Parts: sequence; structure tokens; C-alpha cells
Amino acid sequence: MADHILPSRMGRPSLLTFVLTLAVAAFVISSFSTSGVSLEKLVRGLPALGRLADQMFPPSLERLQPVLWSLLQTFQMAVAGTVLGLFFSLPLAILAAPSLSPHPLIVWAVRGLVAFFRTVPDLVWAIVFVIAVGLGPAAGVLALMVDTIGFAARFFAEAMEETDKGPREALTAMGASRSGIIFSSVIPQALPSMINTSLFSLEKATRGSVVLGLVGAGGIGIELKVSLELFDYDQAATIIIAIFLLVLVVERASTWVRGRIL
Amino acid sequence: MAVGSTLTAAISLSGLAKSFGVGKQVFSDISFDIAPGSLVALIGANGAGKSTLLRCIPRLIDPDQGEIKVLGADVLAGRRGLRSIRSRLGFVFQKHNLVGRLSALSNVVHGAQARRYGPRAWHQALSPQSLRAEAMACLDRVGLASVAAQRADSLSGGQSQRVAIARALMQRPDIVLADEPAASLDPQAGDEVMALFATLMREERKTVVFTSHNLTHALAFADRVIALGTGRILLDAPTQGISEGTLRTLYG
Repeated sequence: MADHILPSRMGRPSLLTFVLTLAVAAFVISSFSTSGVSLEKLVRGLPALGRLADQMFPPSLERLQPVLWSLLQTFQMAVAGTVLGLFFSLPLAILAAPSLSPHPLIVWAVRGLVAFFRTVPDLVWAIVFVIAVGLGPAAGVLALMVDTIGFAARFFAEAMEETDKGPREALTAMGASRSGIIFSSVIPQALPSMINTSLFSLEKATRGSVVLGLVGAGGIGIELKVSLELFDYDQAATIIIAIFLLVLVVERASTWVRGRIL
Repeated sequence: MAVGSTLTAAISLSGLAKSFGVGKQVFSDISFDIAPGSLVALIGANGAGKSTLLRCIPRLIDPDQGEIKVLGADVLAGRRGLRSIRSRLGFVFQKHNLVGRLSALSNVVHGAQARRYGPRAWHQALSPQSLRAEAMACLDRVGLASVAAQRADSLSGGQSQRVAIARALMQRPDIVLADEPAASLDPQAGDEVMALFATLMREERKTVVFTSHNLTHALAFADRVIALGTGRILLDAPTQGISEGTLRTLYG
């Protein structure tokens, strides 16, 4: 057997790799010092955290009924925002799918719009809509709608683009209209994936809806904000638990539905 | 349906050429006329260009050169009249091309999209009774009325291709093109599907062009055989005078 030279454990990095690694490491370290997180701060903060927990416990059930009503309203905001968002996502997704869209420029423009909807955080949309339509749940619903479009239109478009081209070719060959091809071949094939995306949108909107109240866009967030500002920590605990249960139930239900349908 | 008695050719190709990329010529200078009501087999080895040629007829592929006339209409004239030309051409694919998640009945109803637009031909649940009944009759003609409600992806290969044939019937076309309709099936199912297809097409007096690499199918079911090889027509003759041996020598 010929002599074999054992390869080194790691390949010799190129200069570029070495410099980039160093730069990333430096940036990570500087990130910690800029934000001022330290173990010491955490340790000093622990007693305060303990006091807060003490004041939160036991959670006060005094205002349980209004809290539950407001929780229901929050969920209704999420449902309305999701449904509106999904409604507008469908045509936008068709325009954003290269093989279905009338023109490449439209694909580019719609993808840009959807990406913009997605990258601006929902809280910012909520502030924008509070300015536009005033305080209250309507602003929240619109913010959740825009957020849903940013998410769902993209995944709808991908699901449509990935469908089998064969049935499309069959319909094209017989002279079917573009809408006929989309509704009788593309959407039926993309449906399982689209339902999955819709359920994720609802989960996302439910989580999103609970904080929109912080900027006055309706829902339970405002209750949480008021009780924290009034130092009613036991009230706040009730609200946090209620939010937790709502999100948990929606996620569980959505998983169950997904399992049944797909 | 009468194809216009003055018309001598249902399909007329002249000087057709197609290449993919530079120097990869599929075929060149292909010319032939297909008489109304005839069944023509387009044969050739794998890669001889028969599928490409067939796909040029409804302009699923654009040829580089030449002329295509379908029932007297110029296929390459522009996009405007293309849909109405396509509506008179049925197409049966090697891979059937059904929407797997929809029922057999819905897939057959889709055939009506050749003549009517709008949601009524999108899904059997949206269709008027007349359309559903017609689709059911088409399924019955291919012997599959009993599986109308089943999802297309739950059918066997042979059944699935028969549903595709029913969809082509639903279209009420004058001409039916079939690209290797039996090639994705096992030999027995392939023979059955080919026999059913040819019988139905003769009963309906459709003009048919089908591609096949199965010489037995070509001789058994066609009136005329056009053999393609190295991008040219090697043989174009009525089936009667040809033996399987002659065809075999063509492909060495």
C-alpha cells in the first residue's frame, strides 16, 4: 500500500475567508457591547423580575369578563384581517407567478409590492392605518390584511408555479381561456399548499393581533398596556395567560385541520 | 360534423422545419396533407421528432419555418385566431395530463372549455345539467361511467388515458391528435386503449394523427403511415401495402 498523507483537519482558509470570519466575529462581539447586555445586568435584574412575578401572582380574575370579550374581539380582528388578506392574495399571486402573469413587468411590480408589504412590520402598518382610519379595530384589521398579503401572496404564487404543467398544456391545446386554465388546473393542484399557507396566515395574524392594541389599533393589547401602566400586574398576568391560551388554541386547531385536510 | 366538403385536407403541412438551439435540427422540409376522416400513424424511432412535429400542429411549439393549415385556417397567422383553431383540435397526451386532484367527471367537463368560457366548465359542481350529462355520456363511451366520481389520480394508467380520450370527445373536435397514447401503459392496457381509441375515432369520423413507436399499432389502426427518420420523411404510404418487415428495415 502506498503511503498516504493524512489530510489536515481543516482546509487552509483563503485570505478572504479569514478576513470575513474575523469581521463577522468582531461585529458579533460589538453587538453585545452596543446593546449593553451583560451577565451582571441580568443578575441584578433578577430580584426585580422576582418582585414582578410576585405581584403578578395570583392573577386577578376581577375583570375576567371584559378581558375575555376583548380577547374575542382580538381574534375576530385576526380572522377578518386574514380573510381580507387571502382574498387579495389570490389575484396578486396569479399576477406574480411568471407562467400565469400577463407580462414580466407585472410580475416584477407585484413581487416588489408584496415584498414591501412583508418587510414593513405589522406594528408599523398598524400605526399607518391608525393615522389613516383612526383608533380602533378597523386599523388593526387593515394592518393584518396587509401583513397577510405579504406572506400569503408570495407562497400562493410559488405553489401555483410549482404545479404540474401537463394539465395546463392539455387545456392550452384545446383553446381554453387563461382564467379557465388557472381555475380548472392550477388552483385545484395548488389547493393543499394554499390551505396550508392560509392556516399559517391565521396563526400569524392571531399572534400579530394581540400587540396591535399597543398602538391603538384595537384588540387586547390596549388592555395589557393600561394594566401595565397602572401597575396592575395581577391584571396583566390574566391578560398574558389569556393571550397565551388563545394563540395555543388557534395553533392546535390549525394543526388539527391541516392533518385532516392534507 | 362535416369538415366542409370543399376542403381536400384537414391538416396541411408544407416545408416545416424545427431546430432546438444552434445545429440541433429536429426535422426539416416536412410536407404532407391529411385527408378528412383518415387515421394516420406518425412513426419513428425515439428522438425522431414525431412528438415535436405533432405539437407544432396546434402550435404548442412554434416551428422555425413552413406553413401549417388546419381546416383551411393558417395556424401561424397570429395569436388572435389561434384559440378557435385549437378548439377544433383534440389532443391526447402520452402522460394523459389530467388534473389528478379532480374527479374523472370534472376532467371530462374541462373538454367543454374549447367552446365555452367561464366557471361552468371549470368543475362539474359548477356545470349545468346538460354539460354534466354530456360528460357522463363521454365517460360511458370509454366504458368508465362507473368511476365518474373518483379522483383522476386514483385511476389506473389505462383508465386515466381513457378519461383523457373522453375529455377529447367532450371537446367535439373535428381532428384528434394523439401523442404516443399507449406508451405510458403496460402492453395489454396499451393495446386496449389503442383499440378503443381507433374504434371511437372511426365511429365519430374524426380525422386522426397519432404518433407511435409501436409498429404493430401503426399497421393495425391506421389507414396511412408516415415514417420519420433523421429529420425527414422516410416513407409515406397507405397501410395496406406495407408489411411490418418493411417498416423494420427502415429503422435497421
